[in-house]
Amino acid sequence: MDLSLYFTRQDFWGILPEIVLLTGALIILSIELFARSQRAAMLGVGILSLVIAGGFAAKNFGSSFILFQGMVTLNDFSTFFDLLYMAAGIVTMVISYNYLERKGGETRGEYFALILFATMGMMLMTRGNDLVIIFLGMELLSLSLYVLVGFLRHDVFSNESGIKYLLLGAFATGFFLFGAVLVYGTTGTTNFQHIALAITNNEILSDTLLSLGIGLLLVGFAFKVALVPFHMWSPDVYQGAPTSVTAFLCTAPKAAGFGALLKVFLVAFPALHADWQDLLWALALLTMIVGNISALVQTNVKRMLAFSSVTHAGYLCIGILVLNEMGVSAILFYLLVYSVMNLGAFGIISLLEKEEKGVNFKDYEGLASKHPWLSASLALFMLSLAGFPPTAGFVAKYTLFSSAISEGYIWLVVIAILNTLVSVYYYIRLIVNMYMKTSEETLVPFLHPLLSVVIFILAISIMFFGILPGWLIDTVTQAARIYT
Amino acid sequence: MVVPLEHVIILSGLLFSIGVMGVLFRRNAIIIFMSIELMLNAVNLALVGFSRYHNNVDGQVFVFLVMTLAAAEVSVGLAIIVALFRNRQTVNINEMNLMKN
Repeated sequence: MDLSLYFTRQDFWGILPEIVLLTGALIILSIELFARSQRAAMLGVGILSLVIAGGFAAKNFGSSFILFQGMVTLNDFSTFFDLLYMAAGIVTMVISYNYLERKGGETRGEYFALILFATMGMMLMTRGNDLVIIFLGMELLSLSLYVLVGFLRHDVFSNESGIKYLLLGAFATGFFLFGAVLVYGTTGTTNFQHIALAITNNEILSDTLLSLGIGLLLVGFAFKVALVPFHMWSPDVYQGAPTSVTAFLCTAPKAAGFGALLKVFLVAFPALHADWQDLLWALALLTMIVGNISALVQTNVKRMLAFSSVTHAGYLCIGILVLNEMGVSAILFYLLVYSVMNLGAFGIISLLEKEEKGVNFKDYEGLASKHPWLSASLALFMLSLAGFPPTAGFVAKYTLFSSAISEGYIWLVVIAILNTLVSVYYYIRLIVNMYMKTSEETLVPFLHPLLSVVIFILAISIMFFGILPGWLIDTVTQAARIYT
Repeated sequence: MVVPLEHVIILSGLLFSIGVMGVLFRRNAIIIFMSIELMLNAVNLALVGFSRYHNNVDGQVFVFLVMTLAAAEVSVGLAIIVALFRNRQTVNINEMNLMKN
């Protein structure tokens, strides 16, 4: 049998980033096996493999390939997401430095290896052009995350969030799979282009089953990106997981979920998108309002940020509803900015956290007088999450909402803006606690030069993309143009 | 005799619903896990049925991947359940409420 037909040179170059990540993960696991105390080496290999893989992925900008007989597509859209995941992976690895030790655990090689595996899974989700590949990527991601969330084995909170995430995630996988099967069954193929072709040629077995299948797929995605009413797991999981893992969990996988959802609607079901608009409208509305109202009453900062990320998922859902070039590019821009803000916010929380302290609003009282730079960065991330100009959060919200207005969703945008106003309360509350209250004992951050540099870069990029968003907007528009 | 496609879909739909019910109404983490496996197996049955109906093997290849996933999920899941049981001496998910406000 001649294998060269099934695995060409182009296929190899296309999946080289994944190969690099896999090799890096295996090296880390080998180091763990023979020299368990070499944590710095494992961290170094992890970051290095992400950087090398990122280099190979960035080389694909501007070109477009179809690999493995249509199973995987490589283009600007997927490359944008690849780089986003890798950047999130690098930041997560840096902020994890010594974090598990401070929580009384131990940083093991698996931790870094699992982040690399999760990155591979996410890359497959947005590169995949086939329901099977999306499913495999999603599961590679989810299985890695289940372990990462429960990584502090002695900690009851981590255990509890691990089991909640596992049971609900596996439950959601069941829905996703049943949806995928019904789509396969009614169209006779799992390839996105062929599904779209079967639908336009009206060669489907049963309309009812196909609608049921798309609905179940949507439920599966809604679980993964935490849309109301499938968001119940997110506050508990975000609160109980190690904060460095929460930073990863609420950024890159959410981007991957939205990326895959976009791809499913743009490539496989473009003809049916109109039928689902009412449902998406309702999902966006519910997600914004429920996330916001729940966030108002929280006393735990991690839990507040969890509900805030539910709200942001609601805003992003507006982009899925619009789904034209402007809407898709707005989603990509929003996902990047959202990831930067949340990585920064959770990164700072993870530095301040010590045993049981550092996660409640009260613990932040008087922080600004002792640690002005750290407080200023945290305040900047909060202002950006709330959408104040001139931060990047404002530009992200502006582009997203204006794309919805141009499609005529005036009422939804009005409600979204009202929600943004309400959300200012809980973001500002943290700033008020830091700057306008005093307390005898303040939190003592763990500050390592590497960590300070990463937080500084995140804060600078929030300002940079807020003041000069032009370059990034060009990039995302180019990426969005591929499918719209 | 060939089993008609409708029978396969109805059976698989029933099994899937039983699995969903199990997840929603049982309180023991292991039983919930078994119910999820039932959902995945219902998916497998439907895949094989459709694959036979369409006369292409894509569905049967998909079944292998789903089976692999189910095995991987069980190994990760049982590890998490064991870690939890060591700390809490229970696998009842009604008692998993440390984080409510």
